[in-house]
Amino acid sequence: MSHSSPTNSPTKNSLLIRGGRIIDPSQDYDGVADMLVTDGVIVEIGENLSGNSTVIDATNKIVAPGLVDIHVQLREPGFEEDECIATGTAAAIAGGFTSIACLPNTSPAIDTQAQIQFIQQKALLADNCNVYVIASVSKNRQGEELAEMGMLAETGAVGFSDAPAPLGNTDLFRRALEYSKMFNKPIIDHPELPELSQSGIMHAGATSMVLGLSGMHPDSEELATGRDLRLCETTGGRLHLMDISTQGSVELIRRAKGRGVGVTAEVCIANLFLTDELLRSFDSNYKVNPPLRSQQHIAACIAGLADGTLDVITSGHAPRAIEKKMTELDRAPFGMSQIELTLGLAITHLVKPGHLDISTLIAKLSTNPAIALGLNEPSYHQKGTLAIGASADITIIDPNAAWTVQPESMVSRSHNTPLAGAELIGRADTVIIGGCVKTICTGT
Amino acid sequence: MGTTNPNSEFTTAADLVPQSWKHRHLLGLENLSQEDITTLLGTAITLKSATNGCHNKLDILAGLTIANMFFEDSTRTRNSFSLAARRLGAETVEFSASSSSVSKGETLIDTAKTIEAMNVDAIVIRHSTPGSPHLLSNNVDCSILNAGDGPHEHPTQGMLDIMTIYEQRGSIEGLTVAMVGDITYSRTARSNIWGLKKLGAHVIVCGPSTLVSQAWEQYGVEVSHNLDDIIPRCDVLNLLRIQFERQYTRPFPSVREYAFLYGMNKERMAHAKEGILILAPGPINRGVEVTPEVADGPHSVILNQVTNGIAVRMAALTLTTTANQRQSPNGGNI
Repeated sequence: MSHSSPTNSPTKNSLLIRGGRIIDPSQDYDGVADMLVTDGVIVEIGENLSGNSTVIDATNKIVAPGLVDIHVQLREPGFEEDECIATGTAAAIAGGFTSIACLPNTSPAIDTQAQIQFIQQKALLADNCNVYVIASVSKNRQGEELAEMGMLAETGAVGFSDAPAPLGNTDLFRRALEYSKMFNKPIIDHPELPELSQSGIMHAGATSMVLGLSGMHPDSEELATGRDLRLCETTGGRLHLMDISTQGSVELIRRAKGRGVGVTAEVCIANLFLTDELLRSFDSNYKVNPPLRSQQHIAACIAGLADGTLDVITSGHAPRAIEKKMTELDRAPFGMSQIELTLGLAITHLVKPGHLDISTLIAKLSTNPAIALGLNEPSYHQKGTLAIGASADITIIDPNAAWTVQPESMVSRSHNTPLAGAELIGRADTVIIGGCVKTICTGT
Repeated sequence: MGTTNPNSEFTTAADLVPQSWKHRHLLGLENLSQEDITTLLGTAITLKSATNGCHNKLDILAGLTIANMFFEDSTRTRNSFSLAARRLGAETVEFSASSSSVSKGETLIDTAKTIEAMNVDAIVIRHSTPGSPHLLSNNVDCSILNAGDGPHEHPTQGMLDIMTIYEQRGSIEGLTVAMVGDITYSRTARSNIWGLKKLGAHVIVCGPSTLVSQAWEQYGVEVSHNLDDIIPRCDVLNLLRIQFERQYTRPFPSVREYAFLYGMNKERMAHAKEGILILAPGPINRGVEVTPEVADGPHSVILNQVTNGIAVRMAALTLTTTANQRQSPNGGNI
């Protein structure tokens, strides 16, 4: 993989993407065509387009709306040993993402306008992908007092969450759902009832029993999911449920959506193909939250994606420095560095086996996450779509590229992945943001 | 059962260790084959007899150094490993977490590497977190012996229980063995389950439903919550201690109620088979899982277990350090 240096970037003025299979779930479009981008905006899609443009040959490739990852920990400020804004956003591009939304679990937490501006400025300086900020619901993520959501929204917060911690205080959560309606921003919760998961290291099941490791019971997630859905329904607020990983949660969301509850829901890529059995290796890189569960839960999550119960697939990118992970399992933090692998993992484990078609996958990785955070609005230059007039954020995917996961060559500052040596199919070939070609992946 | 015949014709550790034994580390019994377990048992029996019941010295590990690295309290296991090492002529180094660099923030791996750099041949580790010995085994070159990793495994305890039953009965195959009590938090239970099942025993786990998961049935283990129901069928009862120190919430209302439901006493003994064996990994809580008249009664083999602990640990140290020497780049001549 190589990165084009800024001086070599083609001119921003005009770009002709020729002969690709254009897939845009936002318009139900799927066909081979050319695409013309001028001044950072998509201006035309059609056959045999020409013009005085830089030409990108996309034959046998997929031209998708730029991928959007709404569950990313950037770790800066406070935990620069894990990741910083420059490395995290570079890793996002390497993974094919043109926009990301970062969680507020920094130190200090993202609960002030100044914190949001700090991240925005750092992202601007890094000049990689678009970065949107999820601010904390509560002051200092303490779960006690509401943060100044109105001012935070004004400064650019696209949603509010105390993640990766759950919103434990139900009264606070309810008020947050009511209050955020005024700004039309979602409350984003990691559903977990701490009493049923405390000190847990992995999914509670037959494997945790054999290994003697404390388990995190599916009830912990499902009771919280049920509560969250109820609050969403009664307040009429906007809720996004992150980190869905159990059969019961999927069923609860399916029924709520059937009643018309205004909820969106996501699943992290790890929970779509890795099982709790892998903890038999005692490799702390498999320690994630939500925990890796059984095949039955994986199947339920995939079915939830297929029928629209689950809207979004995220990386759940949680980079952690190696010295934090190379320790006893109870001391090791949760998390996997995933943003560079998510697209390849999804194509390999969801599209190739026939669980999802490529168009549905692109909806889950681009159109739907953009809608969940309102990034499809004109004020955000319409993310997640290839509509004429939208900002030219485009991910060109080679769906047949075979490659091998090599942690040591990852762009993220942290290489905490248990997937070294994994053979994947499919990766981002070219990433275009605002009409600018950011990275050309040559494959490894 | 194909136990290796006790063979007193050996002069070095290498004579005792069959080429089929490949394990540099002893991390648990779950991942050992039936042949491995038989080798471990046979070697323990040989060494017990060659040391006249673990009394005499035998210098087959002379020149080796064994480090005890205990991050949890222990008297019997720590001393048992030390004695086993010294009986075989090895030197021992004691290391305790509270008085060490761990309390100054050093990581487990760095601590182990430091100890290893003092030319230690094996580290015996006890730790509260499952998998900690496995973590070390991937990061050091010396042998790692698991002396208990949280509720996960305690392979030498499992083997010494099996050896004690074997000595009394001459075979494990076909016996019905019940592990009674706190299965959820018991490493002894897990190691026993894997070892006994590989040698052909029928294993029952019996205790309160909050401490005995139904999921054990998936592994071919019978699950019971009623001690009186199973007593008449059992050849062996292994009475486990309640691991209060590992429980985040109290899984039963009171010790009194536990003793009422699961305490082994004279009345319950009246329903047992005539030759039933009573084991307890200890330390025993008299009056909780077992009453004094049963613990000290004619069916109890609790003190035999302690002696056999030394034999099993002599065997474990001999097997693992020899395999490690054979596999090391300049140790192929052994």
